[in-house]
Amino acid sequence: MSRQPYVRPLPKTSWYLANARYRRYMLREVTCLLVGVYCALLIWALAALSSGSPERWAAFLAAQQNTAMIVFHAAALVYYLVYMTFDWFKLAPKAMPVQLGENKLPGHFIIIGHYLAWVIVTLFVLWLAGVLT
Amino acid sequence: MKLKSRQLELEVLRYDPEKDSEPHFQSYSVSCPEDWAILDALNYVKENLDTTLSYRWSCHMMVCGSCGMMVNGEPSLTCKTFIRDLPDKVRIEPLQNFPIERDLVVVLDDVMEKLQLAQPWIIREDDPPPADEEYTQSRAALYKFKQYTMCINCMCCYAACPQYGLDPKFIGPAALALAHRYNLDSRDQGKSQRLDILADHDGVWDCSFVGACSEVCPKSVDPAAAIQQMKVDGAIEWWKQKLPGGKP
Repeated sequence: MSRQPYVRPLPKTSWYLANARYRRYMLREVTCLLVGVYCALLIWALAALSSGSPERWAAFLAAQQNTAMIVFHAAALVYYLVYMTFDWFKLAPKAMPVQLGENKLPGHFIIIGHYLAWVIVTLFVLWLAGVLT
Repeated sequence: MKLKSRQLELEVLRYDPEKDSEPHFQSYSVSCPEDWAILDALNYVKENLDTTLSYRWSCHMMVCGSCGMMVNGEPSLTCKTFIRDLPDKVRIEPLQNFPIERDLVVVLDDVMEKLQLAQPWIIREDDPPPADEEYTQSRAALYKFKQYTMCINCMCCYAACPQYGLDPKFIGPAALALAHRYNLDSRDQGKSQRLDILADHDGVWDCSFVGACSEVCPKSVDPAAAIQQMKVDGAIEWWKQKLPGGKP
């Protein structure tokens, strides 16, 4: 009897369509595109600042106040919160379990801790930016 | 009392390496009592309809881990996947991401080698205790890793892992969870030795945390958690090496 194992490769460009679990994962992973866009925006802002030209900086700020840009920022924020932040906070107890004696600290305490830290850091950043006085 | 039966259409992937150039589906119509598992239906086919059908099974009680297959696209232990929870048409395929040996039997050689990489035994740096002494362990210390001892090597996690499917060099969920089980064991001193091999590109860092491995595990082991914890351990170990006086 001859052995001739048959290999069924995973389709490289469409494997994530196979089930809802993979599609959910891909929705999370495409947030990297938003990070890419924000990196480009940051580079644009730094270039405007480092040029020393008040007009270029004003042009950058004006571009951010464009309606399309505001809609993009709002949509990006919602998408990022839903598919990245909430998802990662939900998974945090897996990466950092806490055991107290013979019992595990319930995961929701770790998740709540992350949300609290997030609120504190956000308030600090807003204070630093002069939004909160 | 006679149990109600339901007519099920089983679509089974068949592959005979001596005759077929590629696998194909074959349908069997089976009258299944509601308390049957898919494995019972396969056994019925084998005993009554088609003796050439090949598949692995042994215990029929979720212990041996032999009967892992894709049931309607989901990696499942067929002995704990019940007819009553399935539609009238059920597609049964060999575990995804593994070469097919014949019909529903897959080649597991690759994973067997990877399990060895985990060095799944107690490693000690100091001398072993005298013959009449034991390594003692508290209950709290046992609970740190107990869930990872439940793995039965059914390989459903590998079938669910797209990372392993796309990059077969990835050491994969069960082997990494097994390594973590020993890393967490208070009697073990081999953590850095294991991390040297496993906290690498083909090891934990190849995992992008899809999490499917943990969702499909029939024994509720959480390999995804083990891998994320090993990433933390690997990063700490890496920094320790970079610090002045750290081991090379």
